[in-house]
Amino acid sequence: MPGKSGWEPRIIAFCCHYCAYGAADLAGSLRYRYPAGVHIIRVPCSGRVDERFILRALARGADGVLVAGCLEGTCHYVAGNVRAARRVQRARALLAEMGLEAERVEMFRVSASMGAAFAAFVRDFARRVRNLGPLAADTGEGGAGDDRGAVETASRAAGGRW
Amino acid sequence: MIVARLKPLPALLAAVGDSSPVLVAGCQGCVAVCAAGGDKEVNVVADLLELDARRRGVERSTFRITVPRQCDCRFFDPLAAAMAAARVCVSLGCGVGVQYIADCYPDKPVIPGVDTLFAGGSQAAGVWEERCRLCGDCLLGETGGICPVTRCAKGLLNGPCGGAVNGRCEVDAAKPCAWQLIYERLKAQGRLAELEIIRPPKDWSAGAGAGPVVREDLVP
Repeated sequence: MPGKSGWEPRIIAFCCHYCAYGAADLAGSLRYRYPAGVHIIRVPCSGRVDERFILRALARGADGVLVAGCLEGTCHYVAGNVRAARRVQRARALLAEMGLEAERVEMFRVSASMGAAFAAFVRDFARRVRNLGPLAADTGEGGAGDDRGAVETASRAAGGRW
Repeated sequence: MIVARLKPLPALLAAVGDSSPVLVAGCQGCVAVCAAGGDKEVNVVADLLELDARRRGVERSTFRITVPRQCDCRFFDPLAAAMAAARVCVSLGCGVGVQYIADCYPDKPVIPGVDTLFAGGSQAAGVWEERCRLCGDCLLGETGGICPVTRCAKGLLNGPCGGAVNGRCEVDAAKPCAWQLIYERLKAQGRLAELEIIRPPKDWSAGAGAGPVVREDLVP
């Protein structure tokens, strides 16, 4: 349920193609509900995710990030979920060091048959992020300013990425 | 290689303040290899700066550019346009790189994004250790390729000190006694007699702090 102010967190969920994405699909088929503010991004393996993805999501508008990978020992690529877990820890440590709540980033392990568990975990994570409140000071969109267009142009001219 | 690590974030974020745009400049040399200042870390630091701005309600954008080497101004062309637009530059290069960028763009504040630690190598994935103290008078040929200046806690040239316990250093038990390592290696090479040679005190003026190295044949 939305908070008293009606604010709902925006959550990015990086979901492994082989497990969590299937679980999310199953949750939908079974009509399990979870907050609409959870946006799923399918990745070929949770090991595709590193701290850059997580930090970029938080920098560009997310209030929480979920990385969902396979159950231990069942990664399609053998160790992708283990690597993902370490990167999530790294991202959490960086957040904590800069004074942000590490709880905004979590790793979740699931199999494709666990639709109900997926929905339950996502609901619970959304509730916890809602309790933490908006990440941005103004509850709207902070981050990049009006000069982003000029920055992008200059950066591309320099051969860099942004 | 030069080994560095990301600066403590509170200090880095405080140094950048509310500045925008920020150029985060990386280096594909040593700091990329030790996972402190390469292309990946440039994006991580830039995202952290944007994230910090977002949580404080400040507008900020970033340039993210990594050059082949920051210890040579001839590689700085890709920085020019971004540097012109940026308010400050966060350099993830080593202390040398930061200074070269600052020299090239004297009108822009350049903030070091990493702390430069030592000259070392990668012992294992994610582990870097010091192996050279840059003393300017290498004696590795006499010590079996094990540097007593760097790896002996007391920097002894005529060791061991006698304080080692079970082959571990008495100053830091986490480290092996460098002189025991030297002894064992020279013994294996049948060179123990060389340990009888007494080395005079080093001329420390030859190393760190020494003047520039000039190769006349390479100077245009």
